[in-house]
Amino acid sequence: MSASRSREPRAVRLLLIGLALAAFVLFLLVPLVAVFVEAFRDGARAWLAAVTEPDARLALKLTLLVAAIAVPVNAFFGLAAGWALGKFRFPGRSLVLTLVDLPFAVSPVVAGLVFVLLFGRTGFFGPWLAGRGVEVVFALPGIVLATVFVTFPFVAREVVPLMQSQGTDEEEAARVLGAGFFTTFFRVTLPNVKWALLYGIVLCTARAVGEFGAVSVVSGHVRGETNTLPLHVEALYNEYAFQGAFAAASLLTFVALATMVAKAIVSRRAREEAP
Amino acid sequence: MSRRRVSPSLLPGFGPALGVTLLLLSLVVLAPLAALLATTLRGTPREFLAAVSTPRVVAAMRLSFLVSLGAAAVSALLGLLLGWVLVRYRFPGRRLLDALVDLPFALPTAVAGITLTTLYAPTGWLGRPLAALGVPVAFTPLGIGVALVFLGLPFTVRTLQPVLASLDPEVEEAAASLGATRLDTFRRVLLPELLPSLLTGTTLAFARGLGEYGSVVFISGNMPMKTEIAPLLVMTKLEQYDVAGATALATLLLVASFLLLLVLNRLEAWAARAVR
Repeated sequence: MSASRSREPRAVRLLLIGLALAAFVLFLLVPLVAVFVEAFRDGARAWLAAVTEPDARLALKLTLLVAAIAVPVNAFFGLAAGWALGKFRFPGRSLVLTLVDLPFAVSPVVAGLVFVLLFGRTGFFGPWLAGRGVEVVFALPGIVLATVFVTFPFVAREVVPLMQSQGTDEEEAARVLGAGFFTTFFRVTLPNVKWALLYGIVLCTARAVGEFGAVSVVSGHVRGETNTLPLHVEALYNEYAFQGAFAAASLLTFVALATMVAKAIVSRRAREEAP
Repeated sequence: MSRRRVSPSLLPGFGPALGVTLLLLSLVVLAPLAALLATTLRGTPREFLAAVSTPRVVAAMRLSFLVSLGAAAVSALLGLLLGWVLVRYRFPGRRLLDALVDLPFALPTAVAGITLTTLYAPTGWLGRPLAALGVPVAFTPLGIGVALVFLGLPFTVRTLQPVLASLDPEVEEAAASLGATRLDTFRRVLLPELLPSLLTGTTLAFARGLGEYGSVVFISGNMPMKTEIAPLLVMTKLEQYDVAGATALATLLLVASFLLLLVLNRLEAWAARAVR
């Protein structure tokens, strides 16, 4: 099996595999193991206590709430962008595609800062909001906005290229047979891109749950109020409460592992169904 | 690849879909970024230059730039190694390795940050032996580099993998049978094929590293002039109510991101042509 795919002498092959395994263990496996070793350092009971204490529970609830708002917004955007940018060509299309990708390249800290400049006390809409008693920065809306910003391209990036490569023949056939827009979209287009959509949603969810830099700027770090789970990890770590920090971090690591499993399943399904 | 133009009368929904796309894009991405530029433009060019040329800002920008570049280069080498081994060889643990390559991408940056710091601290599993060798890692620029290599690895591996898989080993065999040495084959046959995706992955890793915050702040130690990265300095200035200073530095980072994005677009187009 291996002989058919490689022409290197056995020694070179073994050396390369050895080096790759060493890099893998050092860079990927050891950090993963270390999270759980540190989290369970004081036993399962201490871990359970750390992840069920009120601040941790509230942080988890806030994190899930933020993801529950941000992910549907991005899925909706991704589908709209898929239809407009994947099925049609128009002048300026590639510029729009580049702008959609922009949040990928922007530093999370900058992503948080822009919302402070818009809605903070000295920001553009700050005084107006303060006059109406609406809090955006250092409150839930700011955290949601920052999260939507950093996760913005995730669904669109998967859906647009696929819709583009699938072309418009099937939709045109549906139209000719008398189907309206919604029938065409939900019965023809959506089933064709469902795995890409799901893939994007999985990646988007992982980033929404784990986002740290952008949320850190806009959250205000109020324990039990505006601390998401990653911020809760930071707060505990900075207080030298390492076991608690790693216990909370282990929850986030479970999410990351679940993401990777989901990603593997979705891409296998997509390959199997590909014609 | 390019499809024929669709007449709007046949496929409906272009207007509303584009409207929703542009509206959300403007509200979520463009308006906030415009606010950043508008805030910067409220000051004079002289003020902007003064804000971004203080020794502390220059040191932070230089550190961010150099360490991100170095880490991206190391990620590229490790990416070549891991990609090659994953695509070409079969060995026990290959599937686990392949799956775990995505870990740095999926793992929240704060978790990566505290874990790498704990591992590489002078008392950590990896930090203790390294410190004994006289190589302190945590709280030095090297520590920042380690965090950024961790972060960049999935980008280089995942952009190289499909291209490596599409290469036909028989071409290398042909080169060898024509008398090329192993190194010649790599340089003359493999590298030109791999270069577009290698550069794409490296640029992605570099762009991500330049703006990275969460996985670096814990391990860097955050000493001004020594181990303070640019994104952290933005945060610090904001916390000290130096909004103008934070905005100026953030504008610089934003411009760098935008330029890198344009480079990436060109690289990706090149890579797409090369695969065909």
